[in-house]
Amino acid sequence: MRIVFKTSYLQDIRPWKDGYQLSLYLILLACALAAPLLLDDFYLGELTNVLIWAIAGMGLMVLTGHTGQASLGHAAFLAIGCYANIILLEQGLPFLLAFPLAGLITGVLGVIIAIPALRMHGIYLAIATLALSVLMDDIIVLSEPLTGGVAGKFAPPVRVFGIEIDRWGTPRAFYWLVLAVVVIVTLGYINLLRAPLGRSFIAVRDSEVSAQAMGVHIARTKVMSFFLSCAVTGLAGALMGLFAGAFNNETFSVVISILLLMMIVIGGLGSIHGAFFGAIVIGFLPQFLSISKEWVGALIGGNTVAIPGLETGVFGLILIFFVLFEPMGIYGRWLKIRTWFELFPFYRRDMFKRQKSYLKTERLR
Amino acid sequence: MDNLQLVISGLANGCVYGLIALGFVLIYKATEAVNFAQGDMMMLGAFVTIGLTNAEYMGLPFWVAVPISLGLMAGFGVLLDRLLIRRMFGESQTSVVILTIALGFVIRFVAGLIWGHEPQTLQNPLAGKDIRFGGLVLGLEDVAVITVTVLLTLSLYLFFARTKLGLAMQAASQNQLAAYYMGIPVKRVQGLIWGLAGMVACVAGILFAAKGAVDPSSGLLGIKAFAAAVIGGFGSLPGALAGGLIVGVIEPFASRYIAAGYSQIAPYALVLLVLILRPHGLFSQIRLKKV
Repeated sequence: MRIVFKTSYLQDIRPWKDGYQLSLYLILLACALAAPLLLDDFYLGELTNVLIWAIAGMGLMVLTGHTGQASLGHAAFLAIGCYANIILLEQGLPFLLAFPLAGLITGVLGVIIAIPALRMHGIYLAIATLALSVLMDDIIVLSEPLTGGVAGKFAPPVRVFGIEIDRWGTPRAFYWLVLAVVVIVTLGYINLLRAPLGRSFIAVRDSEVSAQAMGVHIARTKVMSFFLSCAVTGLAGALMGLFAGAFNNETFSVVISILLLMMIVIGGLGSIHGAFFGAIVIGFLPQFLSISKEWVGALIGGNTVAIPGLETGVFGLILIFFVLFEPMGIYGRWLKIRTWFELFPFYRRDMFKRQKSYLKTERLR
Repeated sequence: MDNLQLVISGLANGCVYGLIALGFVLIYKATEAVNFAQGDMMMLGAFVTIGLTNAEYMGLPFWVAVPISLGLMAGFGVLLDRLLIRRMFGESQTSVVILTIALGFVIRFVAGLIWGHEPQTLQNPLAGKDIRFGGLVLGLEDVAVITVTVLLTLSLYLFFARTKLGLAMQAASQNQLAAYYMGIPVKRVQGLIWGLAGMVACVAGILFAAKGAVDPSSGLLGIKAFAAAVIGGFGSLPGALAGGLIVGVIEPFASRYIAAGYSQIAPYALVLLVLILRPHGLFSQIRLKKV
């Protein structure tokens, strides 16, 4: 176990614990930067997909993991970001302007939606956002002149600093573009969590009443959380649209909303790492399933058959196991393993035990 | 007369929504959690009955198959509670919600594996018959759906209001710990509630499959039932049925009088509107939180 001595007050709010931890993350970043040179185009595409999902996951994590507002409608914001980006590009705006604007538009729309949602709690918020996600499909069809309706839209190649970036033509450039966005968003997120705003998010999540007593403006905090969450999700949506190349009203269905929420639960609610772990699971699960299906098919000598709904079924099963046995997700499990090694042989089973709360309703009858 | 016809068909549809919503309310009333898999349990109930009744599967007589499938689904509900929900005792509401969503995915997948993804209808003795009533043509199924739903809601309401077990269930939901101190077997009560919810889901499934075709993704109907439950306020059984009927009646009228494309968004827009105006449902039962 390493012991970090505190030599200055700034050390308490520094984003990294010590030089060792910082160097680990720098090595990870270097690996990520070098990935296009090591991987072939197919796996590079998969990796890009995982990174885009991680951005979306971070967007939802701000709202659900750190502010405690469960949203089942974030696919709607993915859609808004995606369409806003493409429509702005079609108006002739450069990508470097259209992309942040798409995020901003999504964030502002998120705030407009958040204002009535402030009064809702728990399941009512979940249901309202679910309804919003279902509605978004129809809204896209109805606003056909803007969105292309059922026929959908095609993403044009974009130019950044004179370099043409296209998902199929130049997958490496596209990967680096996504990686740049990931790094910026992650750094922003880390900084948010050590700023007063991020702290007040966590206070609202843990107890609204105590947060209010400590002087946190609940409504303003929630609106800010919605804004940041929706803006980041909009950015992810814009990248998703460029990555998919073509999309229509069914691309961002309500199932995507639910998958997004499940993803951050599997990864680990309330941690930035969780968004990445969840994205890795959701990104590589289809590949893993198709490989293992071939393997099983070869083993029993039969041919491989397509099983519709296999992915969501397996995903649901994984999620059930996580909710039952590891509510803190993959990141929580990793923390436990790491603590076991750091404290060896002093780790005890109940070190991460959480207090149970028994149900008491506020209903009158 | 046309409008009356629309109302009747809307009522019959609304009854199915109302029955799913009834399942939400039952579980919410007893455990303060929302079962997002209720729509999928409805679908499973329908498929179990189809598997027992239809000629291409087991071919049992309809009136023999119905009690068996009711029993099976009640058993399924109890089993769910034993295996999954009971372990969530003392965890937050959101985790239960996420667990049931995942459960819905798994149920849909398994039903697709067993019964395939083709829409199927339940072969039942009431199919294709109708009653003429003045100028009105009522499908016998529609009449049966409405009657069964009203009877079921009434008996459940009386069960909660009058019987000892019903009161115990309410007490267990209001304050788990206090109910436990009073000698109520909270865990067993919760198991019974899940069994009951499974049974109600099965009734809804049978009625749904008798009226039209059911396929594994029919469980998504549950989203419309949310509308019903929200409109009715999550805590009240008659409210849930009323909400279901409102949603059911609005749908055919919307598709008739509002331009195509706008009509199918009516139920969801209604939910959003209700939640914005009355954040805890139309018949709200929550006052300010006490610390």
